[in-house]
Amino acid sequence: MPDHSVATGFLAGHDFARLLSALAGQGYRCIGPTVRDGALVYDTLGGVEDLPTGVQISQGPGSFRVEFNQGTRHFDWANGPQALKPLLFTSREILWQVQRSADGELQFSQQDPEPVPTAVIGVRACDLAALRLQDRHFVEADVPDVGYTARRRRLFLVAVNCSRPADTCFCASTGDGPAATRGYDLVLDELDDGFIASAGSKRGNELLALLPLQPVSAEQRQAAAEATEGAVAMQHRQLPGRNLRDQLFANLDHPQWEVVATRCLSCGNCTSVCPTCFCYREVDQPALDRESARHYREWDSCFTQGHSYIHGFVVRPDTRLRYRQWLTHKLGGWHDQYGRSGCVGCGRCITWCPVGIDITEEVSAIAAVPT
Amino acid sequence: MKPKVAVHKFSSCDGCQLAFLNLGEDLLTLFEQVDVLHFAEAGPVDPGAAVDISFVEGSITTPDEVERIHAVRNNSKYVVTIGACAVAGGLQALRNLADSGEWMTAIYASPEYIARLDAVAPVSEYIKVDMELWGCPVNSRQLLATIGSLLAGVVPRTENDSVCLECKRKGQACVMVTRGVPCMGPVTRSGCGALCPGLDRGCYGCYGPCEKPPTEVLAHWFAGLGLTREQIAQRFLAFTPEAPAFYSAGRSRLPGDD
Repeated sequence: MPDHSVATGFLAGHDFARLLSALAGQGYRCIGPTVRDGALVYDTLGGVEDLPTGVQISQGPGSFRVEFNQGTRHFDWANGPQALKPLLFTSREILWQVQRSADGELQFSQQDPEPVPTAVIGVRACDLAALRLQDRHFVEADVPDVGYTARRRRLFLVAVNCSRPADTCFCASTGDGPAATRGYDLVLDELDDGFIASAGSKRGNELLALLPLQPVSAEQRQAAAEATEGAVAMQHRQLPGRNLRDQLFANLDHPQWEVVATRCLSCGNCTSVCPTCFCYREVDQPALDRESARHYREWDSCFTQGHSYIHGFVVRPDTRLRYRQWLTHKLGGWHDQYGRSGCVGCGRCITWCPVGIDITEEVSAIAAVPT
Repeated sequence: MKPKVAVHKFSSCDGCQLAFLNLGEDLLTLFEQVDVLHFAEAGPVDPGAAVDISFVEGSITTPDEVERIHAVRNNSKYVVTIGACAVAGGLQALRNLADSGEWMTAIYASPEYIARLDAVAPVSEYIKVDMELWGCPVNSRQLLATIGSLLAGVVPRTENDSVCLECKRKGQACVMVTRGVPCMGPVTRSGCGALCPGLDRGCYGCYGPCEKPPTEVLAHWFAGLGLTREQIAQRFLAFTPEAPAFYSAGRSRLPGDD
């Protein structure tokens, strides 16, 4: 629901480009969804024309199809494979380098990140909820992550409230969507002829002041509210509860873990597209000349052998234990670590599982409905 | 003293050795760091030289090669096999699945001059191998990572994740999910940088099986995508037919072998 204490106005569709130029004028590189390789991926926007227009996405377990209609809307779909994660917790980066000096001393250096200020257009409520969790992990840690924190500080977030969830979405059941309630600089409600734009931060307010806004009519407010209500009603998947910690840990020997293991590829696609999964590994690459080395960090997954390798043996050698680790950590252990479940209901793990395993079905089979 | 290195060729197409020659400037650095005593494709020839590291390309297909590979082992501190042929038979191991004697008489006028083993085998069937680099062909990055680690005195990292993880790190959209293209990525070992899915094609599986590949799960899914049993078999057997996981998944689907 729009907060009336902050600036709100109607931005006509033909003025939408002004939003991008205002952001560019403030030094932001604009990132937004673009259609590429049969998917919707974040890329640098040259202008509004790079955004999808009249695009609908059909998602199901193991299936994502881009379809075109005659519509004029840019955000009439739920989400693509990426959330904000790759922009902040990058898939591979150099953490430090070491060089042997002339006198044989080792000199360590950290690449000071100087990220380009970046505005992301089209952030969804589920992505903002996931961002909050990643911030908890990487920024609010005892030792904040240097690269993540630097990139995070330079991020301007333009959210869009979802009006057309995918078949795989279940954010209403996790309490994270479909409307964005916090964590953005601007939030948009997309209507047929434009957007209701509302600020969520001082920076957002300042940006709105640069745009040709009109007062929002009661009809427009009504249409936006109905779109959000409709987006809730359209969701038919759900988790059996928001805190399944005790049910999951009480069912570690449930036969369903074995059943899902016979269908799971253990490929790690679910953890890669998950906007909250944060596991990584660090690897060293010594140079051929023996004078230097680079220390990399790259995304890992609890579905790899290396993830549970502890000096001489692998703690979780098979798919049953790896899938169980993923689910019990995300939906159970996170409550102890972060005070909430690690699932924001975006449904990406369902869509992007090559064999269409549905987390909501597996959890419902394993964890009894809480009373 | 510089470490001594040899690059040996057995039954193969020579393509993996190109991963050395394609190193560019790093090739010059490598030749400064090590003494390359035998590398016929690059120039130096001394097949009997004692070395610290031997890189071996190709599979074992003839009686002569059996003798040579034992000599390589005896002359080398470490043996690193490179490429699908050396680690899992390669394309020529497809003859293990057929009556190759019949092929030979059909093709050659005087097949009696051809000396060959009954079956094509990976190097590791004959000698102890210290490290395997998978790929058809291997690439320069894999060689740099391995040689860099060995020169630094640390154990090179084994890459055995699925291709999917590399594909996702590169931000590529899954071709199975977006277009229903049968892709071997979920069962195939990483190392190539998810090359084929990045070109909008399914993975061919040329890097062989990843750690514990769920071949039956993927084969079942391929059948659902419309592939015949034989087409599924071909995908598993094409590049690394002697890798046990792919061999059993493919062999069990060949005609007359249920």
